[in-house]
Amino acid sequence: MEYGLELDDVTTEKAIIRKEKHLDGVEDDESTEDEDVLYKIEVPANRYDLLCIEGLARALPIFLGLDEIPTYTLSNIPKESMLKMYVKKETSVIRPFIVCAVLRGITFDEARYKSFIDLQDKLHQNICRRRTLVAIGTHDLDTLQGPFTYEALSPEEINFVPLKQEKSFRADELMELYKSDMKLKFLHIIEDSPVYPVIYDSNRTVLSLPPIINGARSAITLRTKNVFIECTATDLTKAKIVLNTMVSMFSVYCERKFEVEPVEVICSDAQSCIYPYLSSFDMEVPLAKITGRIGVSLDASQVTSLLTKMQLHGEEISSGEESIIRVSLPPTRSDVLEACDVAEDVAIAYGFNNIPRTQPVLSTQGRQQPLTQLGNLIRLEIASAGFTEVLTWILCSNEENFSMLNRKDDKTSVTVANPRSSDFEATRTSLMSGLLKTVRENNHHPKPIKIFEMGDVVLLDDTKDVGAKNSRKVAALYCNQSSGYEEINGLVQKIMQIVDVPWIEDPQVGDNNGYLIAASKEKETEDTAFLPGRQASIILNGKQVGTLGIVHPKVLGNFDINFPCSYMEMDVECFL
Amino acid sequence: MAEKVILEYLNSNGKIEDSGVFSASVGLDHKEIVNTIRSLSGFQLVAAEDIKKENWVLSKEGESYCELGSPEFQVFLAVPPGPEGISLLELKKKCGPELFKIGSSAAIKNKWIQIGKEKVLRKAEDVSDQLKELLLKIKDGLDVEQTDITNLKRRKLIELKTWIGYSVSKGAQFALERKKLVTDLTRGHLQSGDWENLEFKEYNVNAKVTLDGGHLHPLLKVREQFRNIFIEMGFEEMPTNNYVESSFWNFDSLFQPQQHPARDSHDTFFLNEPSATQSLPEDYVEKVKSIHESGGYGSKGYGYDWKREEANKNVLRTHTTAVSARMLYQLAQGPFTPKRYFSIDRVFRNEAVDRTHLAEFHQIEGVVCDRGLTLGDLMGVLRDFFERLGMKNLRFKPTYNPYTEPSMEIYSYHEGFKKWVEVGNSGMFRPEMLRPMGLPEDVTCIAWGLSLERPTMILYGIDNIRDLFGPKVDIALIKRNPICRLGINY
Repeated sequence: MEYGLELDDVTTEKAIIRKEKHLDGVEDDESTEDEDVLYKIEVPANRYDLLCIEGLARALPIFLGLDEIPTYTLSNIPKESMLKMYVKKETSVIRPFIVCAVLRGITFDEARYKSFIDLQDKLHQNICRRRTLVAIGTHDLDTLQGPFTYEALSPEEINFVPLKQEKSFRADELMELYKSDMKLKFLHIIEDSPVYPVIYDSNRTVLSLPPIINGARSAITLRTKNVFIECTATDLTKAKIVLNTMVSMFSVYCERKFEVEPVEVICSDAQSCIYPYLSSFDMEVPLAKITGRIGVSLDASQVTSLLTKMQLHGEEISSGEESIIRVSLPPTRSDVLEACDVAEDVAIAYGFNNIPRTQPVLSTQGRQQPLTQLGNLIRLEIASAGFTEVLTWILCSNEENFSMLNRKDDKTSVTVANPRSSDFEATRTSLMSGLLKTVRENNHHPKPIKIFEMGDVVLLDDTKDVGAKNSRKVAALYCNQSSGYEEINGLVQKIMQIVDVPWIEDPQVGDNNGYLIAASKEKETEDTAFLPGRQASIILNGKQVGTLGIVHPKVLGNFDINFPCSYMEMDVECFL
Repeated sequence: MAEKVILEYLNSNGKIEDSGVFSASVGLDHKEIVNTIRSLSGFQLVAAEDIKKENWVLSKEGESYCELGSPEFQVFLAVPPGPEGISLLELKKKCGPELFKIGSSAAIKNKWIQIGKEKVLRKAEDVSDQLKELLLKIKDGLDVEQTDITNLKRRKLIELKTWIGYSVSKGAQFALERKKLVTDLTRGHLQSGDWENLEFKEYNVNAKVTLDGGHLHPLLKVREQFRNIFIEMGFEEMPTNNYVESSFWNFDSLFQPQQHPARDSHDTFFLNEPSATQSLPEDYVEKVKSIHESGGYGSKGYGYDWKREEANKNVLRTHTTAVSARMLYQLAQGPFTPKRYFSIDRVFRNEAVDRTHLAEFHQIEGVVCDRGLTLGDLMGVLRDFFERLGMKNLRFKPTYNPYTEPSMEIYSYHEGFKKWVEVGNSGMFRPEMLRPMGLPEDVTCIAWGLSLERPTMILYGIDNIRDLFGPKVDIALIKRNPICRLGINY
């Protein structure tokens, strides 16, 4: 908890299996003795270095002051004897970046090997965004012969034996083969490209067809001694982070602990880079930025010793009032971007719950949005008039917005591009379907049912930056043996009364100030959700702000309601 | 009938000593008399005192011996007089095995009969059936000796029975005639003045009554209490009535990188119409782009190609922090003034729905913005806020949010569950979010958020969110839902 790690669940593998088999609660006494206890740990989403047991086992003793911060180094070999990776120009159209490294003299055992594969899986899921941004390939270097080339060729030109297969496939045939395999969900990343990325060694052995599959030839085994790691990417920053994570975590098993052999990557324009980039990044942070953000007074030496617990090396480079601390960020801590990240690490090491809780002094006044306040007052009055409030969803299906209400889709609704189901196809353009659904779900409730809702509908609106706006509405519904039109009409009049809008007795006389309830004169202008001739418009100051009427029997049928209903819906914002 | 007799007797004699004796004397059934006395006593016309008497009465077996004679007498009668007698087998047959078994031994003991090897003979010429006489005495209520009682009780021929009667005198409301009872007070009673002489029928004060009326929705009642708490604490409500938001305000302005998983179609509702925003504040967009790509203001940035098209994409806002971003940007456009902001409104997530998660829910958010606010201040504000909700014991756990640093999960000790429960998320907005907006360097923002539904479900013990929010909510539940006391006593 203190370190920001959450021990989710202490459980055993057998317990998980029991759960999966729904045998929970069935005691199984004999078998519990020799079970290994599993610790499920939730890791902060930006701490890729804590995704494997190697990283956790390194971080926790350091946090507890039991171990020292490791230094990751590149092996000291001359540039000319470095392994080389030549990048062909064509890769830029599909997957432009590649970074590589070598781990020499590694010793695997089953647990280490499993963790090695596991970390790749987790990184692929996580920072690699299911291999779209970065794909990792790891190879037994002793089966290959450098230098390597990273190319992009048309699928028909690529032929190799992929991992877990025995015969050679052409790349396009391979894609067909994998289409039936639901586990390989990365095909779409390159499938439609005219060229596929591919990595060869100097003998034209295929290392991998990223981000799909590695070649069988260079597969890692428990006996592998020298590991070649390549990360192909569409995002270079992330590729570097992934490579650094892989090598810093597993160089612990190398003959020379924490030492990594670099690889030179030479682009088509002859530009050359050496990876991995393991030197630490220095950040100069004023002490005040750390202590001031946390709200504790600590001196530089206290801060640096707290930083050490978090695997960050700190050193005061300027003392006194303007004390500045230089923080060295190891390659594993790509998450540290700014002084506030350093402050957080200090706060974690200090212990959040040890920080004094203070009361900020600032003069502000409580204030409500006028629309909320007005809305609340109207809601109270409607409830006082005997209507019970319901609260329904903004998201609905296209049918519920239009066809189920016997209305034509007038293309005024906001529509969702990626709904999981038809329930989330659109946002509501009126409150009507929500109230009708409530009646449908409450058909056991004694009649009359008198309900109301106040809430926002969403409408397309070109005058807004995003092209849509919310509009606050109030709606009420009466359902009984007979339509109860007068109840709904009475509620409209009641609302007008409480917002103090006068009734226009004769629209022909005087000005338009006030409201009137006007029956539609022509069939064409009627709202098809209501029974023809049994509906009216609510006109405020000469403008229509709402409608009321007896719900059309077809609409009732669409919502499986077999009692007559009357309904009104009107704008709230017009009363502001 | 009985009522009249009792009341008249009391009127002239003042007292009925024993309802049993009285019933015999007037020739009415005692049960009827007792019921009438009880009823009259309920209206205080008479005062009744219990009389309890214990009497020996005959059991069923005792009754039959009373009629047919004792078993030994019956056996004696079955043996014919004279030397011929009767064979044992025949006697058994004549009496029946049960009667023979009980009667023969007593008859032998009484020396009434003699059972020989071949014959059974009478031994006495004339006998008197004492058992029958004893039983008759008890039946008539005469005294018998205690030893006989013990003996008969052992043989289960008699039983003890409690007799209940009353001694009755005039009650406080004594009258020769009982007044008529009314069930309700009417306008007629008031007009006639009758109400003074009315006797009311007994009334069930515990009858369940349902009142018909209007009611507010439970979730919105809780929302109102939260709003009150914020307003009491000096917070200003943000205008959150804009569900459609551009990715720019929803993500980019918060320094949430464009490849962040939250921006996936698995988490966020993107829109077909309107698919993209029409305008953004261009100079600010430039600053946001450069802080993402290459950093600035002391930050490394994320180091990736920031794409305008991604920022333009419209979404249904995934958090109200999109509105907070707009408010802080607006605040940065003028001379700086400290602010406390809050909002409670709907947000949308394209995630799998289950018993506790819907695709839309209400987010409660608080933001405090001033020069030099600290993490300690955030914890202090949270302590005050949650204390008002009755959560006096808070703990904080480090966590990761893309736009706050440090970030803390808020835990409260739940007395009922006996464990620490996560009640919200909080943090200090990153400088990479605030500086491009134009806020001064020393201005910091502390913020926290929680959902409205979760605490409401815990408060009312609801385990399925559809029972609280949406069209499946039972209207009857809304009607009987109590007021929300959050923030009233803290």
